Amino acid sequence: LQASAARGKDLGMSIKCWSLPVCVLGLVAFTLGGCKKPDSAGGDGDAIIVGEYASLTGKEAAFGRSSHRGTELAVEEINKAGGVLGKQIKLVTEDTQSKEGESSTVVSKLISRDRAVAILGEVASGRSLEAGPICQQNKVPMISPSSTNPKVTQVGDYIFRVCFLDSFQGDVLARFGLTKLNAKRIAIMSDVSQSYSVGLAEHFRESFIPRGGQIVSDQKFSSGDTDFNAQLTAVKAANPEAIFVPCYYQEAGLIVRQARQLGIRVPLFGGDGWEAPELLEIGKEALEGCYYSTHFSPQADTPEAKKFVQAYQAKYSEVPDAMAALGYDSAMILADAIKRAGGTAAQGLRDALAGTKEYQGVTGRTTIDANRDASKPATIVTIKDGKFQYVETMSAE
Amino acid sequence: VTAGGSDLSVFLQQVINGLSVGAIYALIALGYTMVYGVLRFINFAHSDVFMVGAYVGFFLAPHFATGGLAGALAILVCAMVVCAVLGVCIERFAYRPLRGSSRLNVLITAIGVSLLIENSAQVFWKANPRSFPAILPVQTFQLGGISISSNQVAVLVIAIALLVGLQLFVMKTRTGKAMRAVSFNPTAASLVGINNDMVISFTFALGSALAAAAGILFAVYYGSIQPLMGVLPGLKAFVAAVLGGIGNVPGAALGGLILGLVETFVKGSRFSTFTDAIAFAVLILILVFRPAGILGKMQVEKV
Repeated sequence: LQASAARGKDLGMSIKCWSLPVCVLGLVAFTLGGCKKPDSAGGDGDAIIVGEYASLTGKEAAFGRSSHRGTELAVEEINKAGGVLGKQIKLVTEDTQSKEGESSTVVSKLISRDRAVAILGEVASGRSLEAGPICQQNKVPMISPSSTNPKVTQVGDYIFRVCFLDSFQGDVLARFGLTKLNAKRIAIMSDVSQSYSVGLAEHFRESFIPRGGQIVSDQKFSSGDTDFNAQLTAVKAANPEAIFVPCYYQEAGLIVRQARQLGIRVPLFGGDGWEAPELLEIGKEALEGCYYSTHFSPQADTPEAKKFVQAYQAKYSEVPDAMAALGYDSAMILADAIKRAGGTAAQGLRDALAGTKEYQGVTGRTTIDANRDASKPATIVTIKDGKFQYVETMSAE
Repeated sequence: VTAGGSDLSVFLQQVINGLSVGAIYALIALGYTMVYGVLRFINFAHSDVFMVGAYVGFFLAPHFATGGLAGALAILVCAMVVCAVLGVCIERFAYRPLRGSSRLNVLITAIGVSLLIENSAQVFWKANPRSFPAILPVQTFQLGGISISSNQVAVLVIAIALLVGLQLFVMKTRTGKAMRAVSFNPTAASLVGINNDMVISFTFALGSALAAAAGILFAVYYGSIQPLMGVLPGLKAFVAAVLGGIGNVPGAALGGLILGLVETFVKGSRFSTFTDAIAFAVLILILVFRPAGILGKMQVEKV
């Protein structure tokens, strides 16, 4: 035990020892850069620099990778069509390794070293909340492609998102559980170490209970847990008609699998955190008849979506998921705003983003509201014969 | 939909869940405790050997006839052999050069080796979770209100067999006796003709093989593996080793089972948010009353 404490201390010390010189260096670099080009907010003359931070490795790598690929495709298409305002867009991507603490570091780097005019990211709400204040302080607009926790955009007037909120998603899922699954008695299993999971569970409860639903068991776990048998045994004893599992795909896959092994037959359902091909790989046949809500289905038949699915498949030879579609839309909406603002000056770009109206993206019509959130419908997907299958689209009531 | 069942069946179900987790902790804890026994230091890279074991199984599985007991055992044995070699190499190249220097140096080296393995695994084997092939046929048995999966049975049977085997080995064989002798007093052991280096290498091989077995069982039981899968179970197993009395083989097994059970019961209660807090509070309580662990013997150090 002592040894492990020593381990933590050693690491902590080494970080502290390093952080001071790094800060000083960063400051010097920032000032020097500022001296050279006091008027431009970024870019090296002929390119517009856009920063992106994403979980390219680690636990949520499946999200980060998809989102990044979508963004990359968008930038490529924009540049092929001649860029924005005659300039090419240069995307600088940093990996957050799915770790706490990493987002703030890499976003500071993107702003001070790369001088990005705008920041795209992150998928996980917790990590968007971490980097948000840094973008706000530096007055660099940040667009989160798929963080659904309401707090993300409450950080300040420079933080935007192009996906729906958990309050909306929680309400959709509560209505879906009651009317489509005919479940009045529901058990919840949420991840206490993810703001996304805690928030979505809370919003679900707020809509589900007033509509006559009953939460018969409320179980908690932490990210990285692999054994859910204990919680599921308690859930089974409460005899629910469905189980709501608002968490990310890795835990969701394991939970569904262990639930079936314990002889629980009722449907399990969750939010957009389930959306990843890895879910199928982990959960396998146990997932049949489970549902989740998300932002996009490749089976959607708008012309934008069809064109996107085709281009994405041609480039990466895989079917895009919702994260990829949102990554794509976030970059496209940014480019649209730069075009309307007529430049990349912080204030103008921010105002142009805030004024985004009825933008026809691949994930549907996006309007940025007064809270800098996007309002748009949700898609319900089920797992059938080992594949994701579109069920229906649900809008606000 | 079957009814949830009585309180008794819930209780028994949790006991089975707890024992399955505990058995895996126990297998990992043995590696910590044996190395501590002979070298008096914590081998932090042990939890990563556990992860490597699971990955060896993952890469070997397509080459064996899976779905039967023979194939599964062959994969298990292969992974144990590979990890035994890995354990010996780690000791030979990272720890042996530091033999005789301050214990803190070795400890830091162990952390370094651990980070090296974790990050190499993320680079070479990709960081995203992978599905572990079903090398054993999965079946769920219903006994009254209790469900027992064949995987749980396999985890318990294999873990108990390995634990008993290890205990017999340490107590009944010449090599086992040599291990105990080195653990008791290395200088005196070498005076009576025991080759300490050999014994230490052997201890690493044995501990790493058990970690590999735990890795495979873990992967079979949960069906998914990733490069950082060893971190949390490794920490818990280390706690289990301390709980049972570090350096004590039956203690590590007992510690693992107790930790698994406590954790499971807390997780299944209303206090699931505090699982780790409560599990560690139990550890502190036990250490307050028995500073050397449940089965550990107090050693009076002469100053």
